[in-house]
Amino acid sequence: MKSKIIFFILAFFIFSSIHANENIKVNDIFKNLRCLVCQGQSIADSNSDFASTVKLVVEDQIKQGKSEKEIYSFLISKYGEWIVYKPSFDTKNFFLWILPYLVLVSGGIILYVLLRKKPKL
Amino acid sequence: MRVNLTRIIIFGFIFFCLSIFWLGLKKDQTYDTRNLIGNKINEFSIPSLDETNSFSEQYFLNNKFTIVNFFASWCAPCRDEHKYLVELSKNGAHIVGVSFKDKKSNTLDFLNQLGNPYKFIAADNDGKASISFGIYGIPESIIINRESVVVKKIIGPINQEIFKEILNIIK
Amino acid sequence: MLSEFGQLSIFLVTIFSVLIIYKSFLSLKSNNQVIEPGIYQLSLWQVTVTILSFLVLIAAYLVSDFSLINVYENSHTAKPLFYKFAGSWGNHEGSLLLWINILVIFSYLFLIFNFKHKKNFRLLTLVIQNLIILGFTLFLIFNSNPFSQLEPVPLEGLGLNPILQDPALALHPPMLYVGFVGCSIYFSAAIASMLSNYRGKLFANSIKSWVLISWCFQTLGISLGSIWAYYELGWGGFWFWDPVENASLLPWFAITALMHSVIVLKKRENLYAWVIILCLITFILSVTGTFLVRSGILNSVHTFASDPARGIYILLFLSVMIFSSLIIFFRTFKKESYNFYFKSKETFILINNWFMAFFLVTVLVGTLYPIFLDVVTNEKISVGPPFYNIVIIPLAVPLLVLMVVGPQLSWINSKSLGVVKHKALIIIGALLINFIIYLIFGSSSFLSNLIFISALFLIIHSILEAYKIYQKKIKFEAPRVISHLGFGLLILFIGINHNFSNEQDFNLKVGEEKKFDEYNIIFRDLKLKQEKNYKAIIGDFEIKNFDKKINKILNPEIRIYSNPETLTYEAAIKTRIDSDLYLTMSNISRSDYYNIKFQHKPLMIWIWISVLMVVFGGFLQLVRNKNES
Repeated sequence: MKSKIIFFILAFFIFSSIHANENIKVNDIFKNLRCLVCQGQSIADSNSDFASTVKLVVEDQIKQGKSEKEIYSFLISKYGEWIVYKPSFDTKNFFLWILPYLVLVSGGIILYVLLRKKPKL
Repeated sequence: MRVNLTRIIIFGFIFFCLSIFWLGLKKDQTYDTRNLIGNKINEFSIPSLDETNSFSEQYFLNNKFTIVNFFASWCAPCRDEHKYLVELSKNGAHIVGVSFKDKKSNTLDFLNQLGNPYKFIAADNDGKASISFGIYGIPESIIINRESVVVKKIIGPINQEIFKEILNIIK
Repeated sequence: MLSEFGQLSIFLVTIFSVLIIYKSFLSLKSNNQVIEPGIYQLSLWQVTVTILSFLVLIAAYLVSDFSLINVYENSHTAKPLFYKFAGSWGNHEGSLLLWINILVIFSYLFLIFNFKHKKNFRLLTLVIQNLIILGFTLFLIFNSNPFSQLEPVPLEGLGLNPILQDPALALHPPMLYVGFVGCSIYFSAAIASMLSNYRGKLFANSIKSWVLISWCFQTLGISLGSIWAYYELGWGGFWFWDPVENASLLPWFAITALMHSVIVLKKRENLYAWVIILCLITFILSVTGTFLVRSGILNSVHTFASDPARGIYILLFLSVMIFSSLIIFFRTFKKESYNFYFKSKETFILINNWFMAFFLVTVLVGTLYPIFLDVVTNEKISVGPPFYNIVIIPLAVPLLVLMVVGPQLSWINSKSLGVVKHKALIIIGALLINFIIYLIFGSSSFLSNLIFISALFLIIHSILEAYKIYQKKIKFEAPRVISHLGFGLLILFIGINHNFSNEQDFNLKVGEEKKFDEYNIIFRDLKLKQEKNYKAIIGDFEIKNFDKKINKILNPEIRIYSNPETLTYEAAIKTRIDSDLYLTMSNISRSDYYNIKFQHKPLMIWIWISVLMVVFGGFLQLVRNKNES
């Protein structure tokens, strides 16, 4: 019984991953860009002039076959890193990405140490 | 001793965080691209206002410094700064005007009224070309050297102070 | 006259705080076994005067008394009555007065409801709470006084931002503050507990209901904010990981962790130091959140108008709070022994706390990092939804599974981890329903499938448990089952919504039609309408979907308000049981074209229903607590 379940699970995961949606959804790119002239809105949400211009440029670049990464690099080179909502993986953002996992690992270690002592009941 | 070390670390860390908050209070929150200089402008092509010609990266090779000024007839601060542009062109500055999301007739009226400081006028009707220059509002003026490198970015209208700065740079 | 009255009442609150602190000290030194009636009286007077001061402010708004700067800046005679009323707390000074009200009300209620507990503990809680009240009241009087006067008295006010004129937003601050500010009372109780050595089970019993109350209202407050954002703001989303949203989420993680750990303290007399730390951290996070939101240090859609002096004061107050509680903690710390078996309820509650700590640190670091980087390197970066989604979502999978296992284990020790009955059937059920989701909606990423499956695991198991409870009438598990079921449903529906929403952004002129794979959108007409305090441009759109036989008319609006001069975009939303249709329209300057954003959001309303279920479980537990005692 157990092995059948495992087989079913694996088959299903493989099946769903093959069909996983990898197309660039234009709107997702818009959501990842910050509107520079608004107070905390993305290009997708903003109704500003700047946002509509950026949308046109992004759509053009997608038609030219540029990848998501290339579009972000292009905009970062023109406007700085502030325009993308996903912080880069480099040395200056090291602590940003590592701290949560550091806490996760430390917490795990603390729990392990706590549980290691066999309680005398 | 071990306990004391933990305490020192905790106190130190909290003190560090609070100091950062303190310093953060003094900082200016508005973001601008003033400091994005030193990068090269890659290929671009903007049609001229009369549609006979085009403005491309080749243009910069001809002058020591080119000032690219993004403006529009419907933009009030652009009207305010225009006289400084006229002065600059009289002082020998080589200025390219890019009319941003404007109607040709309105742009020509604007220049007839306030003077034409531009050696070349391009028209960016949908605003897309402005993105290549990192523009996010108008007026914005960018000083570019012969090697297509951005030397200075002026966000917002040119005033007396900035006018003097520009003069210093292009001399 | 209202201004003088208001100033007087606030002044009296300060006086009462000082008197209460003084009298409490005297009482602590004396040998009396009970708290003197004088202290109860002073507390009652304090509550009365505080509530009165808020009523005075509300009155000033209702009659549009523009001699008060606060009313002038935030109200207008043409505003509908309900929003004049709600405008009183929709600004910095007014909301600060609301903070103080809740601080004082909780102070009084804790005093009278905890009569079974040790006198010194209760008095010390009162003292600490009143020190906090004093801190905030002095801040209000000297920096953010809602009763300050304006001369000469203007004839008309500046008005309230029309975006804030919405029922959900009117309720959002009071609810949220009961959460945010409510945690002040167990902060004070924690310090009192350390100083009076009132530990263990007794301490747990004194705070458990207060933790629950703040948790329920915090959850409700955050949900109302999201509901408002969805219906009002016109972007079709409900959570943006905006710094101000994060500021309300941080205490939530801490309170959730605390809520679970208090159970361990109560049942097993263990984890005292950890519970104290959580009590302290929760309110510290609240005040930190207040600092971030009101000081102007962060850039956000939500920020109140900023004033640097505010930031400095709150930062000083925060520093005093943190350092003094830390010093007291280290001074009174007594080593505890931890005897946990792995397969025990206690351990799994600790695991819950471990996860909560992870989520908390993620949101904290994400929110604060841009500030740190800016101060240290002068570089500005943005940390937004991609960061939080990448870090948090994967950990939701094990959390959901552990939420099934944990409650099934016994206290102290259990025979095996395989206590989950019908595991195999539930897993198969989850896989099956996941497959059905694929058939109905389409494919999604591997991670999303994992989320669906683990959420379904929790959901199905909870439903089975609920059935068992109904059959065997074991009522005491009901609140936990309901809340956990609600949580599972919440994650499932958010997952479905996130993956399978159809969003389109395009430009149209009147009379034009846009065709997509599944939809036809026809821009039929444009109408103009004049309302009491705004002009509206109303679009008439027809949405057709032949497959699902949808044929709906949606009317988004562009509203032009005159006081203050603002433009808002009202989304047209058709909420149905299976999905929402969402349409916003905005004008493009110097053009006949309008920018249209259309969204089809499956199962949207179930997100709200799920979160209400989570809160309902909490309230049910509160009722049970009350019936117990």
